[in-house]
Amino acid sequence: MSPDLLKLIFGRLSIDSLPLHEPILVGTFAMVALGGITLLAGLTYFRLWGYLWREWFTSVDHKRIGIMYMILGIVMLLRGFADALMMRAQQALAFGGSEGFLPAHHYDQVFTAHGVIMIFFVAMPLVTGLMNFVVPLQIGARDVSFPFLNNFSFWMTVGGAVLVMASLFIGEFARTGWLAYPPLSNIGYSPDVGVDYYIWGLQVAGVGTTLSGINLICTIVKLRCPGMTMMKMPVFTWTSLCTNVLIVASFPVLTVVLALLTLDRYVGTNFFTNDFGGSPMMYVNLIWIWGHPEVYILVLPAFGIFSEVTSTFSGKRLFGYTSMVYATVVITILSYLVWLHHFFTMGSGASVNSFFGITTMIISIPTGAKMFNWLFTMYRGRIRFELPMLWTIAFMLTFVLGGMTGVLLAVPPADFVLHNSLFLIAHFHNVIIGGVVFGAFAGINYWFPKAFGFKLDPFWGKLSFWFWVTGFYLAFMPLYVLGLMGVTRRLRVFDDPSLQIWFIIAGIGAFLVFLGILSMLMQFAVSFLKREQLKDVTGDPWDARTLEWATSSPPPAYNFAFTPVVHDNDAWWDMKRRGYRRPLTGFKPIHMPSNTGTGIILAGFATAMGFGLIWYIWWLAAASFIAMLAVGIGHTFNYHRDFDIPADDVVRAEDARTQLLAGAK
Amino acid sequence: MNTDTHAAHADHHHDDHSHGSLSTYLLGFVLSVVLTAIPFWLVMSGALPSKQITALVIMAFAVVQIVVHMIYFLHMNTKSENGWSMMALIFTIVMVVIALSGSLWVMNHLNSNMMPIHEMTGMK
Repeated sequence: MSPDLLKLIFGRLSIDSLPLHEPILVGTFAMVALGGITLLAGLTYFRLWGYLWREWFTSVDHKRIGIMYMILGIVMLLRGFADALMMRAQQALAFGGSEGFLPAHHYDQVFTAHGVIMIFFVAMPLVTGLMNFVVPLQIGARDVSFPFLNNFSFWMTVGGAVLVMASLFIGEFARTGWLAYPPLSNIGYSPDVGVDYYIWGLQVAGVGTTLSGINLICTIVKLRCPGMTMMKMPVFTWTSLCTNVLIVASFPVLTVVLALLTLDRYVGTNFFTNDFGGSPMMYVNLIWIWGHPEVYILVLPAFGIFSEVTSTFSGKRLFGYTSMVYATVVITILSYLVWLHHFFTMGSGASVNSFFGITTMIISIPTGAKMFNWLFTMYRGRIRFELPMLWTIAFMLTFVLGGMTGVLLAVPPADFVLHNSLFLIAHFHNVIIGGVVFGAFAGINYWFPKAFGFKLDPFWGKLSFWFWVTGFYLAFMPLYVLGLMGVTRRLRVFDDPSLQIWFIIAGIGAFLVFLGILSMLMQFAVSFLKREQLKDVTGDPWDARTLEWATSSPPPAYNFAFTPVVHDNDAWWDMKRRGYRRPLTGFKPIHMPSNTGTGIILAGFATAMGFGLIWYIWWLAAASFIAMLAVGIGHTFNYHRDFDIPADDVVRAEDARTQLLAGAK
Repeated sequence: MNTDTHAAHADHHHDDHSHGSLSTYLLGFVLSVVLTAIPFWLVMSGALPSKQITALVIMAFAVVQIVVHMIYFLHMNTKSENGWSMMALIFTIVMVVIALSGSLWVMNHLNSNMMPIHEMTGMK
């Protein structure tokens, strides 16, 4: 075939785009392919495709979508963590003239992919998944406001993840660092597909994130059950509301910044170039206007989880509910006033730097207030050291440390010394792992019985906990030391042999975390096998306080047979104390949304369009775009949007629960 | 069954907030047209002495245009959706003001403190 025709069909894609010359990638591909084929064969053999499609992929049930988000987050955690292990190994080995085992071209992709995946495709899905699962249950609703949109949002997030994963084996990923600063990320210095994978992966996933933010705000504002005023909402719901407000207000900034970078790369505009009036600094400024709220988007729901867990496992009402709510709201606003602290060294004057330094320090006040609220909740409580509580205590210790190094970095002169050093790396891993990851794990251990009807195994859970916590400290405390000694981030080889011991200790820490992740997977497997022993028949295994524990575990599709009525902050605790009796008769048909495959189909086309744009396969991009429009318009003619669960089915489900409860007594 | 649920659903759309009348839509439309036509005229005729003033005036018209859309087409007022619309609007304005004024402030500093890039490339 003529080269022109090949170019028309395949764009930039050719056989050379496959990384056949990189043994590490070939090996990885062989493993992934083998695992993938086994999985697909297993699903086919056990005839699970139909079940998965009907009950999960097309599901508009917020609980199932939440669970799918969690699975996505955990799968991507494995990928992101593999990158982390490679970096730790490379840095521990590359001393005394050794080049390590990763060539520069590959190493740069590894640290970029690690950052992008961990933030966008691990932390975000875990947080969104928990919000999706828990919020409607906590406010006594039957689903989110826009159930179909919820399904679509999830699949768009998956689409972004698929694009980022595809870059591993088809072409390459960005070599720019996780925020892809120009001019390095512009076409002149990054002519390959790497940055395009980055851009389109994030744009596709970003649509999902923004829409799910809108959806959850609307749900919380509109679908609260009778009696639940704003100041009677559970704290997790409050933090979810603030997080989603942050998402809706900040993600458009990311979308626009990436769109401008796209224009620079694709049609030759000069927004962020060095010449013709372009300013790369504007990119840095804009992306951090999104980037700083983003870290609060991640950590606020974690704060909510810790609030629920602390009060449940201390057997007490949360100390200072009102101050907790106001602290959350204040953090929401303040998170927009600090973005410049990410680039103190870029050349602003003293007035700008001191303004942003001071606003940054102010954020520690509401955060500190929260910390004291949790401590006072525990004070004189009857604390049960179950897994969620263990993660919460580890969070309190770790996060305070990370917060203090954060305040240190907020001092502009100190930042001039520590900017882009490993001290910064240690700081943000300290708050993101100590805050968001520990929070997600506390949440998983806490709500797992609600989602699946059995508790997680405590032995493997504790093993995972201790591996993670000790591994974390061993991995990141050396980085503080190295950072103070002036070692900068993203280095591949080192000359000074006295530094090596710190990198080896950090490597050992990373390996312990690896054991922690394996123990967690083991915990899931063991718990599944022991599910009869670990069964939760009551629906309230922790003697908890909020509404999600008022229904069965797992909850029926309709969540609550009758919409609950709330009189108190801790609604379920209040109901238990007043001798609440479950209604046993009088069930009515329940109006519910129908499943639809439109979400996954639309997201599939969006992903194909992204792939076409990345490789300049214009026909594919155009065809996918038209297909997306057609499917979207076609869906508006779908009138099979809702159905009624017949009263008989409700009676059957509720009677089964009555028998379970009677058996438990 | 399908038509039943559909009919049942139609009832759900009777909300408390107003959907406007023909006259308010027309008023909004006329106002939008006028507010669009004036900036066009300003640019095409060059009625104002400097380009900078023209640009500022156009921006002012754009802001008024936004308000017209919100009132006549989006039917926003201080009471719609239990005040949530108003609250969201205030929050949005705060965010936009922070982002715009902050960016201007920061970029202005960078502009005056940093050496222009093309001079640096000339120094090689």
